Amino acid sequence: MRPRFTTALAFLAFLLSTLPLCAQSGSELRLCLHGEPKTFDPVLVDDEASENIRYLTGGVLVRLNRQTQALEPGLANSWQVSKDGRRITFHLRKGLNFSDGTPFTSEDVAYTMHRLMDPQTHSPTGDAFRSGEGTVDVQTPATDLAVISFPAPVAGLERLFDQVAILSARSPKKEMAVLGPYYVSEYKSGEHILLRRNPNYWKRDAEGHLLPYIESVRLDIQRNREIELMRFRRGELHLINRLDADQFDGLHRENPAVTRNAGTGLDAEEFWFNQSPAAPLPEFKKEWFRTTEFRRAVSLAINREDLCRIVFYGYAAPAYGPVSPSNHFWFNAALPAPKHDPQGALRLLTQAGFRYENQVLKDRAGNPVEFTVVTNSGNAAREKMAAMIQQDLSQIGVKMRVVTLDFPSLIERMTRTFDYEACLLGLVNTDLDPNSQMTVWLSSGENHQWNPNQKTPATSWEAEIDKLMQQQASALSDRQRKTKFDQVQQIVAEQQPFLYLVNKDVLTAVSPAVVGGAPAVLNPQAFWNVETLRLKPVPEMGALR
Amino acid sequence: MTAKRIQRVISGSILCAVFAAGVFAGSVTHYSYALQFRETPNAAPSILHPMGTDSLGRDLLARLAYGTRVSLLLAPAAALLATLIAGFFGGVAGLAGGWSEKVILSAADLSMALPLLFVLIALRALLPLDISPVVSVIATFLTLGVLGWPASLRVVWAATRSLRNADFLLLARAGGCAPKRILLRHAMPNLRPVLFAQFWISVPLFILAEATLSMLGLGVMEPLPSWGNLLKGLEDFSAVRANPWLLSPLLLLVLVVICFQLILPAQEELR
Repeated sequence: MRPRFTTALAFLAFLLSTLPLCAQSGSELRLCLHGEPKTFDPVLVDDEASENIRYLTGGVLVRLNRQTQALEPGLANSWQVSKDGRRITFHLRKGLNFSDGTPFTSEDVAYTMHRLMDPQTHSPTGDAFRSGEGTVDVQTPATDLAVISFPAPVAGLERLFDQVAILSARSPKKEMAVLGPYYVSEYKSGEHILLRRNPNYWKRDAEGHLLPYIESVRLDIQRNREIELMRFRRGELHLINRLDADQFDGLHRENPAVTRNAGTGLDAEEFWFNQSPAAPLPEFKKEWFRTTEFRRAVSLAINREDLCRIVFYGYAAPAYGPVSPSNHFWFNAALPAPKHDPQGALRLLTQAGFRYENQVLKDRAGNPVEFTVVTNSGNAAREKMAAMIQQDLSQIGVKMRVVTLDFPSLIERMTRTFDYEACLLGLVNTDLDPNSQMTVWLSSGENHQWNPNQKTPATSWEAEIDKLMQQQASALSDRQRKTKFDQVQQIVAEQQPFLYLVNKDVLTAVSPAVVGGAPAVLNPQAFWNVETLRLKPVPEMGALR
Repeated sequence: MTAKRIQRVISGSILCAVFAAGVFAGSVTHYSYALQFRETPNAAPSILHPMGTDSLGRDLLARLAYGTRVSLLLAPAAALLATLIAGFFGGVAGLAGGWSEKVILSAADLSMALPLLFVLIALRALLPLDISPVVSVIATFLTLGVLGWPASLRVVWAATRSLRNADFLLLARAGGCAPKRILLRHAMPNLRPVLFAQFWISVPLFILAEATLSMLGLGVMEPLPSWGNLLKGLEDFSAVRANPWLLSPLLLLVLVVICFQLILPAQEELR
């Protein structure tokens, strides 16, 4: 009896010991998407979840390296942009096949471009290529040569192809036939997406081994970030693509080995005053908000270092302007570093005719300076920032009220009624190129938030920005474009239509089981190099052991 | 003294102490509830800050004391408003019957069917932006009071209806009493225990409703504290794990809600 019991115990112990191995066997990378992908059609991608699927499955002619921010050959071996910036010629790799075995030729490039530029498709990716009236022409003189001509010059043309996943013109599987490292094998709405390794993927490593190394990627759909973190802690996930500062801080204290800070990100938190003439505000308040010295003084009074240290636990940097320092090429390094100088703020205000009496700031007419800032409800970091700015501004006698509104009400006020005084929001920046910010900087733009949709520029500096943005968009060399956009950044720093507050760090978590993880600031931060990631056969994948 | 009575005395004493701490918040602490000690965010309890500080370095004791003032003074006011509305219309519906009963009950049913949270969000969005935090907090509780009567009305109506054919009311009617006098002098004294119970039940409900609104960022405006926006600090799980004293507003809320429940008259005492 006793030997049998001992054998049973030993068998049970063996079974239990294999459980953690089973949990991560099969070389499957597991992570979460924060929403349901709206589409698997790469030309229709308009949301982050679909964009991540496109990144993992789509083959592109040119790939932007997320770490070096340089362009690398993809399906095209090489490319040339014509001197007038209207034509790009791609020399394609030969002998490549889609995931279903259909051969890849220049016809597929032509088909993709036609779908992308077809007005009936309403492709958000295609919008970036629309440079002027007329149609896009694609010539395919050979199966490995594609020449794409645009009606007008397109600034940063080759970079835009990083977003264009090539579709098969002939495959019966349509957009499900792909050229990227993985293909969609299984999709359960609301649950998960299973991607399997594309057997026809063209890339090899330095030793000539097939890429990607990992057999499959399981993307669980999980909107709740706390549950995502909990699952990571339990060892059910390998990666978290983006963590909030408080989550990152907690995880870092538990196990610093699993937390990866990729550095200052592209996103900024910003604050602006409503300068719209249509705003139903008292004239004297509109006058304050239009005064450059007033805006600059408010900016000087805000302690950005404290915002970074307290609200973002040190995982943020004071923002210089519209471009984050992590955008290596476009950042204007000559911009002055943001300062906290309440006395300087008061000097500026005095120059502009304001008076500081009994700890209250008053304008020329004796109106106490008070305004209300709106922000979206439910964003704890923004509410904390507002409370801190409130105390900072009280140092210069400005009384700031904070109102949080649900997002639809906030957007209604920002875009239709203009019934607000100041706003605190974040700018999500996914593209390095300033062309993606055209609607923000052109005075006629709908995202020119401080005074949108102007028929003619309201101020001379806005007219100057309009001119410079148009010039940079039509300049043919990146160097010329950079010179123009540097000037835009300089004007924005002087005029402060947006008070840029902080650039948040890109915070991710990578399990010890993942080899080769090197998070970058560009999306997809934690798995941009998915094809070279490997899974280590460690018994416990969990973060906390 | 019965065990029930002892419970009530203890609960009442705790509530009185908490109320007093709120009313005399300035004596409990010399710090302002808004002042940020930025060098010491999430600080542990110390002599300087007996309950520690919150994530912005604000003294937690000061915020709790002033938040108690806001929540414990305004929640009973909102509960009183809701109970008065429920008492008046429930009484009229129960005594008068007929079409007025149908109209009032339909209105109550309609109000109960409305998603209260969305109504509150919409009403909050309609308020002007340039109101002070004090006005915002009054508006929040006023809205809760004005929208919080239907459930109580149903209870009051049921109690009044059982009185409608009572002998003393028949006598009063036979004696020529005006409907207003019947309601106020004859019915109301008999409804007092029901109204009293509804009031006490509503107080913690309104405190929790304000807490929910504040959790959604729709309640009391910064920097004014309330129990609701103090509870919002608990969203940051890692901070709470590292600084368990941040749980003090939650503990106080639980204590107060329990005390309110314990001093409520039992069902048999209402008869």
